[in-house]
Amino acid sequence: MKKYSVFAIAREAMRGHRGWEEQWSSPEPKKEYDVIIVGAGGHGLATAYYLATVHGITNVAVLEKGWLGGGNTGRNTTIIRSNYLYDESAGIYDHALKLWDGLSQELNYNVMYSPRGVMMLAHNIHDIQVLKRHVHANRLNGIDNEWLTPEQAKEFCPPLNISRDARYPVMGAALQRRGGTARHDAVAWGYARGASARGVHIIQNCEVTGVKRAPNGAVTGVETTRGFIGARKVGVVAAGHSSVIMNMAGVRMPLESYPLQALVSEPVKPVVPCVVMSNTVHAYISQSDKGELVIGAGTDQYVSYSQTGGLHILQHTLDAICEMFPIFTRMKMLRSWGGIVDVTPDRSPILAKTPVPGLYVNCGWGTGGFKATPGSGHVFAHTIARDEPHPINAPFTIERFRTGRLIDEAAAAAVAH
Amino acid sequence: MLLIRCPYCEEERPELEFRNAGEAHIVRSPNIAGESDDDFEKFFFIRSNPKGIIYERWRHMHGCARFFNAVRDTVSDRFLMTYKAGEPKPTKLPGAAK
Repeated sequence: MKKYSVFAIAREAMRGHRGWEEQWSSPEPKKEYDVIIVGAGGHGLATAYYLATVHGITNVAVLEKGWLGGGNTGRNTTIIRSNYLYDESAGIYDHALKLWDGLSQELNYNVMYSPRGVMMLAHNIHDIQVLKRHVHANRLNGIDNEWLTPEQAKEFCPPLNISRDARYPVMGAALQRRGGTARHDAVAWGYARGASARGVHIIQNCEVTGVKRAPNGAVTGVETTRGFIGARKVGVVAAGHSSVIMNMAGVRMPLESYPLQALVSEPVKPVVPCVVMSNTVHAYISQSDKGELVIGAGTDQYVSYSQTGGLHILQHTLDAICEMFPIFTRMKMLRSWGGIVDVTPDRSPILAKTPVPGLYVNCGWGTGGFKATPGSGHVFAHTIARDEPHPINAPFTIERFRTGRLIDEAAAAAVAH
Repeated sequence: MLLIRCPYCEEERPELEFRNAGEAHIVRSPNIAGESDDDFEKFFFIRSNPKGIIYERWRHMHGCARFFNAVRDTVSDRFLMTYKAGEPKPTKLPGAAK
């Protein structure tokens, strides 16, 4: 792997940019690997990267039915924050946030992590109480989060409408300054490049169609559209399709998959300096470095794998955006799209061993998995390599739905994750 | 937006009138307090989440307000049929691939 640097750019500029090498190789699949990761999104590629760098396991294949980073990694609104209520969630999301800081240097790849601040708005007394509870709980866990008055919120994000006549007046806000955004594609590409350079095989257009198990129940490999590939350890990181893959191994999951939509506007000059979220009116917005407003909507109400959703969901979100930012009422929206998110009953992820020996699962990130990408990959690699969870992901078992030890962020964080 | 046929009102109405109410044909035990942890987990948390044909409940909230069941393809979101609550799970589906 040739190192990227200012000197590399200068060198290539001198010779017509003919010396850039492929960022990752596309080898033919081998008959057998030590570990197979199902799903080449951010979480899967990060898992492969940390298996190679932290645990020295490089005989790894990442199988992807479509193209690398083409699922929810390329479809989310790139928001990063760690201000979750419960200790378990604070542990895993802040683990990720600490890895975001310095990830570009670690990967030698600019993931454009920008800690520009994530501001969550309160529109009523209940919101104020909930968000202040979050602020206090976060600070006890060593996570930065602070309370702003409406005037302070306006100062931090000038286009915000704090008029008392607004339909949903802003009554305050919680601000996590370390929160922000990153370039989602670059995260997948950077981890892919780093993993590939250490010998990991990334195999695209290779859909898993079955999970093979030995008579004693242990995993022996996977059937794919490119033939059988053996492995004694298989990690399923397939987002909306996780329950489909787990069913192939005979494990039924506490998951349901819903469409989640997002949209972007025409590009304009810098106007939104941070991320603004509102759980009550359900909208979130930031501005990409290209200048587009990036807007996240809610999920549809029914199970679907269609990667599309109802127009009324987008309309509802834009209603809220126009209330919060009257300045945007005449902006034109350019594109909208949907991804399929896998949601658990308590809205917390599952990162764990499964009842099947050799089968591991990292799923259930619901509507907010992007922010956790580095931390999720890091502890999931540990879980696979050591055959036991890292202390950070130990609470995120499948068994919690039997024992009742839930991590109930559903009630704690309302809708927007 | 989906167009959904309410089997009670006997007409197709826009999705905004309806609320999805989750997977259908999940039977609550008459002795729920006596259920084992495993059985309670299956009843309460585990869902089939199929890629393909789903049997699901809907409620015509802003119409007759009644619950009914539907058969839908989760890949195309096309409804195959709807039927009244309490009717058995249909074995023959109109227009389904054989």
